[in-house]
Amino acid sequence: MKPVPFEYEKPGSLSLAVSQLSATGVNGKIIAGGQSLGPMLNLRLARPEALIDIRQLDELSRVQSDEKTVTYGAAIRHVDFEDGLVEDATQGMMRHVAGGIAHRAVRNRGTIGGSLAHADPAADWVNTTIALNATFTVLGSTGRRTIAAADFFLGAFTTSLNDGEILEKITIPRLSDQAAWGYYKICRKKGEFAEAIGILVVDPARGFARAVLGAADAPPIVLDQLAASIAESGTAKDINLEEAVQAALPDASPVSLRHHSVALQRAIQQVYPS
Amino acid sequence: MLDQGIGARVLRKEDDRHLHGRGQFVGDLAMKGLKEVAFRRSSLAHGRIRAVTKPAGTDSVIITADDLKNVNPIFADSSIPGFKASNYPALATGKVRFVGECLAACIADSRAEAEDLAESVEVDIEELPAVIDSLKARAPDAPLIHDDWADNLFLTTSVQGDIDSLVKTAPIKVTRELRTGRQCMHPMEGKGVLAYWDFQADQLVVYTSTQVPHMIRTGLSETLGLEQRKIRVIPPDVGGGFGYKCVLQPEEIVIAWLAMTTKRPHRWIEDRREHLTAGANSREHHYQITAYADEKGRLLGLDAEITVSVGAYSVWPFTACLEAAQAGGNLPGPYDFQVYRCKTFSVATNKPPFTPYRGVARPGVCFAIELMMDAIAREVGRDPMDVRAENLVKSTQMPYNNVTGKHYDSGDYPASLKQVAGLIDAPGIRARQKAPEADGRLIGVGFSTFTEQSAHGTKVFASWGIPVVPGYEQATVRLTPDGGLEIRAGIHTIGQGLETTLSQVAVHELGIDYDQVRVTLGDTASTPYSTGAYASRGMVMAGGAVSRASQELARRIRRIAAHLLQCKDEDIRFEGREIRAGGASLSFADIGRAWYLRPEQLPEDVNTMGMEVTEGYKPQVDTGVFTYASHAAVVAVDPETGIVEILDYAAVDDCGRMVNPMIVEGQVLGGTVQGVGTALFEESPYDQSGQPLASTLQDYTLPGASDLPWIKLGHIETLSPYSAHGIKGVGEGGAIAPPGAIVNAINDALKARGVEITQIPATPERILSAILAAESQQKGAAS
Repeated sequence: MKPVPFEYEKPGSLSLAVSQLSATGVNGKIIAGGQSLGPMLNLRLARPEALIDIRQLDELSRVQSDEKTVTYGAAIRHVDFEDGLVEDATQGMMRHVAGGIAHRAVRNRGTIGGSLAHADPAADWVNTTIALNATFTVLGSTGRRTIAAADFFLGAFTTSLNDGEILEKITIPRLSDQAAWGYYKICRKKGEFAEAIGILVVDPARGFARAVLGAADAPPIVLDQLAASIAESGTAKDINLEEAVQAALPDASPVSLRHHSVALQRAIQQVYPS
Repeated sequence: MLDQGIGARVLRKEDDRHLHGRGQFVGDLAMKGLKEVAFRRSSLAHGRIRAVTKPAGTDSVIITADDLKNVNPIFADSSIPGFKASNYPALATGKVRFVGECLAACIADSRAEAEDLAESVEVDIEELPAVIDSLKARAPDAPLIHDDWADNLFLTTSVQGDIDSLVKTAPIKVTRELRTGRQCMHPMEGKGVLAYWDFQADQLVVYTSTQVPHMIRTGLSETLGLEQRKIRVIPPDVGGGFGYKCVLQPEEIVIAWLAMTTKRPHRWIEDRREHLTAGANSREHHYQITAYADEKGRLLGLDAEITVSVGAYSVWPFTACLEAAQAGGNLPGPYDFQVYRCKTFSVATNKPPFTPYRGVARPGVCFAIELMMDAIAREVGRDPMDVRAENLVKSTQMPYNNVTGKHYDSGDYPASLKQVAGLIDAPGIRARQKAPEADGRLIGVGFSTFTEQSAHGTKVFASWGIPVVPGYEQATVRLTPDGGLEIRAGIHTIGQGLETTLSQVAVHELGIDYDQVRVTLGDTASTPYSTGAYASRGMVMAGGAVSRASQELARRIRRIAAHLLQCKDEDIRFEGREIRAGGASLSFADIGRAWYLRPEQLPEDVNTMGMEVTEGYKPQVDTGVFTYASHAAVVAVDPETGIVEILDYAAVDDCGRMVNPMIVEGQVLGGTVQGVGTALFEESPYDQSGQPLASTLQDYTLPGASDLPWIKLGHIETLSPYSAHGIKGVGEGGAIAPPGAIVNAINDALKARGVEITQIPATPERILSAILAAESQQKGAAS
């Protein structure tokens, strides 16, 4: 379990990282915390010719905030959220989610941007950023562009990042103090990737309501209508969740279906205790 | 002597180096010119090898089966009638029989470069249908794994009891089909081996991470055709074994062959993926089982068919028969009943070969009999604990010969059940179950009691007729000129703390200071032959040998001391870490000095064998001394997700005299955690083409600290009448009981829902599937 030979670059600036990545083309790979890429390198599932290490770039560790949003650099680590070292735009939701990612040793090195770019459908940040309606800023040799989180994930481990592009920052709309969120994941074992994730975020001040079903071997599924009717009535009692989940996941096994229904139901319950 | 000798909780001698990161494992060794080896392995489970081709220019750095012409395959036969042994070549010849089987050894300066080379080997294999399911493998039309066999059966065995009479008369009949998952045991350190040629000694020196160094020397000699005097095996620190490291491995042979032929040092370090896919396999059993009982649940008879998916080859020296032989022999467990019929099938499948894993077969059979016991209790409508207690062998029946002829030497089995029920407050749990839990979870309690044959010796192994049968275990003790004590034994410590406990035995016999004792283990150049560390035998066997040798050394010291103190031998007392007679005393250094440096002080009739004693030992009755234990689990099952939380867990064991209770507790705790893995988490699934589906620790889930409650321990200390100091083995026991206790607790929790789990690991998916199946059945019945 040793990687194939590769070049290792440690650029001093983001723009240098972008030009190094463009220079290597499809054979270059960005590494930040290395918590997913490391094992893939060792298993030789990833066989890059060059690794460009962006972990140390200050530009990617900054937090910018304004009235409506907070923008996080992609190389901010899970522990920075967990330990409250960066501002939380989400009434505690991001801090809670970060604390539940894998184990502390992973959180010490793993980064939010790395997790998003890796695009594991069962990853916490993938589902959370969609639930929060985040916007991603990516930088390539031809410039910057922004992508809505819901458009970023194309499939399991597939994103709309083009060759040569680096995920630079994540912009999260602030949740107001009227907002409430529920987050529930079902794991086979503590610290493992989830079998099912259910999320509900409701922010009356912004007229925002979103439900997300995650960890379904496909990009997270957004159930906005469902969320809106729950938010309107203040309860999920009248909704047949199992049917709604089945409609969203027509190919899921009975066990997976039940897991997703329960995860969503428990997330809703955190917002609207019955 | 309680402060340092037998019974004392002294800190472990091993821990200073381990806690400071100064252990010396195979991976820590440095040597000039050392080459690292990676193996090209089969990616197919079953196939005929057309060609294994080296790229141009790699002749000397890639070794294929053609290069190993003079190396004999591993051949592990048994004298049990009908047993078929397999030829297990170090590098596959003719056919490949499991994914991960070695095809070529690739040599470079670093492991990464060796892996580059391994990728460059061209492999052409004609794929054959894989034999994966052990029941299908038994079918007459199944593809053959070994072409010259008539079927895929290493062995079938049969015990014929008069079940037919019970079929008609027994009031209660309970039948179940049970399955245990295939597992891969996980020592923290995987396998590793380094070999070089020592020109001065004219010897092949093999450092290997093993439990059985002397047997490895014998095995290497047989496969390499090199005389044993020309081989020295040294086991460095070993980071856990659990049975994986008690067999001769193909990689061990290849590395030794490379050093022998090139006279240069070579090393292979197993990585976790190799370990998970091609390494230790174990535990996969299938049971078809019927229990007969009376109206109160008193067990009358047991009728079982056990199928073990042994994998492709018979391992040396424990063979492919050990698992099923242990399964058939141990299924009756701690219970008192008279009629037993059991058929076992040891089936070859296209998976890595079975290696004996902590508990060997007994975690499976304990799971099976304990689930049956609860099923009987449900059938007769009684508390499983009461039914279990009534069926256990009583202390008044000891020694007890059970239905398979096993001789249970001592103990009070029902007392262990009673004590463990107290530790988890069983009556309190029963009361709690009457009201629903606030969080909707279901609470259940489960028990499991087992006996563990430990230190089973000559008679047992000879009956299996395997290549190496253990006999007298030997140890050497030597007083140094300055009054220290050196112990040398051929067994090895793999984490179980033998450097500590063997020292404690010597301290007990001689009264010498614990810090003055040092222990050398396993090196074939300096220790007496031992078959090694397995079968929970170390403390009984090597402990007994150290005891004997120390007693003889004490006699010789007494003679010299009596001469120096001008008294009679019988006036000499070993106390206060000195040698005393009346008010006079000598130090051990005084004795050492007399023998080695000032022989003019010695008596005329001194024993000329001197201050070094080698003695051999085995217990009076060598069919094993029986440790036993009862475990209890309290679980909460989330019926909406299938997730199980262990709320409380307790174990009460009796391993006879505890040499070091702290180490006993460590063994029980560690074993229990492994058993929790067997019960809830660990599984190596294979797809129908024989591809392993768990190739990293992300897929193969091991229990972690956050999955465990604080485990409560209790002890009973019933001395064995047969062993030195009444010691029984305790190395394996912890791993045996948890699947039975935990799954019984799950089934207790799910009882009202009409759900019964019959397969381990009891994953959330399996539990929820069973709940959903029961739901849809009830819906179907209602409509």
